[in-house]
Amino acid sequence: MPMTITEKILAAHADREQVEPGELINARIDVALGNDITAPIAIDAFRKSGAVSVFDRDKVVLVSDHFVPNKDIRSAMQVKLVRKFAREQGLTHYYEGGQMGIEHALLPEKGIVLPGDLVIGADSHTCTYGGLGAFATGVGSTDLAAAMITGEVWLKVPESMRILFHGKRGPWVEGKDLILYLIGEIGVDGALYKALEFEGEVIEELSMAGRLTMANMAIEAGAKNGIVAPDKTTRAYVSGRAQRVYQFYKSDAEARYSAVIDYDVGKIDPQVAFPHLPENTRSVKEAGNIPIDQVVIGSCTNGRIEDLRSAAAVLAGKKAAADVRLIVIPATPGVYRQAMAEGLFDVFLDAGAVISPPTCGPCLGGHMGILAQGERAVATTNRNFVGRMGHPESEVYLANPSVAAASAVLGRIGSPEELR
Amino acid sequence: MDKIIGSVWKFGDDVDTDLIIPARYLNTSDPQELAKHCMEDAQSGFSERVRPGDIIVAGKNFGCGSSREHAPIAIKAAGVSCVVAKSFARIFYRNAFNMGLPILECPETDDLVTGSRLCIDFDAGIIEDLQSAKKYSTRPIPPFMQELLADGGLMQHIAVRVREGRTG
Repeated sequence: MPMTITEKILAAHADREQVEPGELINARIDVALGNDITAPIAIDAFRKSGAVSVFDRDKVVLVSDHFVPNKDIRSAMQVKLVRKFAREQGLTHYYEGGQMGIEHALLPEKGIVLPGDLVIGADSHTCTYGGLGAFATGVGSTDLAAAMITGEVWLKVPESMRILFHGKRGPWVEGKDLILYLIGEIGVDGALYKALEFEGEVIEELSMAGRLTMANMAIEAGAKNGIVAPDKTTRAYVSGRAQRVYQFYKSDAEARYSAVIDYDVGKIDPQVAFPHLPENTRSVKEAGNIPIDQVVIGSCTNGRIEDLRSAAAVLAGKKAAADVRLIVIPATPGVYRQAMAEGLFDVFLDAGAVISPPTCGPCLGGHMGILAQGERAVATTNRNFVGRMGHPESEVYLANPSVAAASAVLGRIGSPEELR
Repeated sequence: MDKIIGSVWKFGDDVDTDLIIPARYLNTSDPQELAKHCMEDAQSGFSERVRPGDIIVAGKNFGCGSSREHAPIAIKAAGVSCVVAKSFARIFYRNAFNMGLPILECPETDDLVTGSRLCIDFDAGIIEDLQSAKKYSTRPIPPFMQELLADGGLMQHIAVRVREGRTG
């Protein structure tokens, strides 16, 4: 029977010929991921279970990236607990300090997650790795604890939605805009429990960074995973990074979908998601006059080198408006070094930006750029919930890096087109 | 677990995990600390006024957003006995079962208001509004989830395997 790429990866990891949507399976895990916020609960559950060692020290990956560099004593205690566990277990992949990058940018960059993998992570944006053609989904800490012990996870095989993008992307339209537009169309629960499969000529032409951005926000539509079939772009990205074998899967022509939606991207403008849900999208042209206090360019959604290049191209020779705090957060040490080598830091510093070390920081209102009561930010991040970046009466507007950069210069939400 | 009676705290659609427990408090995983800030940005004073056994009732997509298990932990530690919603975001749904917070899906939560008293019969899958005596049926808990609940949650299930020397 024909299967989707998601069904094929799940079947392979459950040692099955075939799986169908709705079935419960027990699947083998290639990577189990945790961070400084979610791992402490998992480690506590691990110890209480009486387990002594993780199932595979190469496959349990811990990254202290959320509240680092440690923002306060409690955060420092959590990171200490994670570090101790990682050392005691002899984990191959524990990242902190100058080796640390935002997990969902770092793992693809280092070749730790690969096409065809089954990945679970105690972080909802684990779905990012679908951009590589992996099945990857977010779980809670208890699931992570169980996975660290057994190397397995129980999963319900999701139905798949096939999302086709055809046509030609307009100027300033990036992967971020395609996923925001989709979420605006189907809503924050439009893909609840489902797999979102991104396809079409526009996806084929999209960079790996753009694909990772799109898969990253699949959770913002309620999806279990987002996925792009791997191709030559994927091969070019993983070759030289992969330290183990990987496999390309693709959906059969006759595979079954719960829905097929086709978008002409020629009709999609750069998008802005208004407070307080990612589904509150509109064209940047229809944003109106909204003054802003802060711009954040970074995160697991848009902190890659391509994103910083987009922002720098808009900012070159310009300055952020007087009352706008511009914060740039390269997602990994590799991105940081590359941006420095390309001279992007000069552009950012000349524009009046603060350049932060890699951290999730302000995206979830942790630190490094918290909003006061009544303040507004444009951010390249993934969520604009109430209080997400600080005070419960602050506001976050989601956009792509070039729109965020242009907004910093304009002092209000606006398009790069307005700076030409 | 057969029947519970409690007062309703009503919330709307798409209650996200940042509303349930803001990330600014995630520098600890202590349940009592988390409980102090439960639903803080959705309804200030919730944690002081909620009584043991009270029931959270909401619209669609409850628990969307982050995977933080701190969310069901905070709700449970605040004394809430059950969450009833039209639908749940998938990671929250999974987490709730894994750590033993009872949750039920009921399409008719629009009828239920803050302060009303509910009796929930888990075995029968029936919610009764004690004022109006109106009864609402809930979506049955999938058999696999019932097994997890019967085992006392996922880790108890795993602990048995560890003790038997089958893993870990």
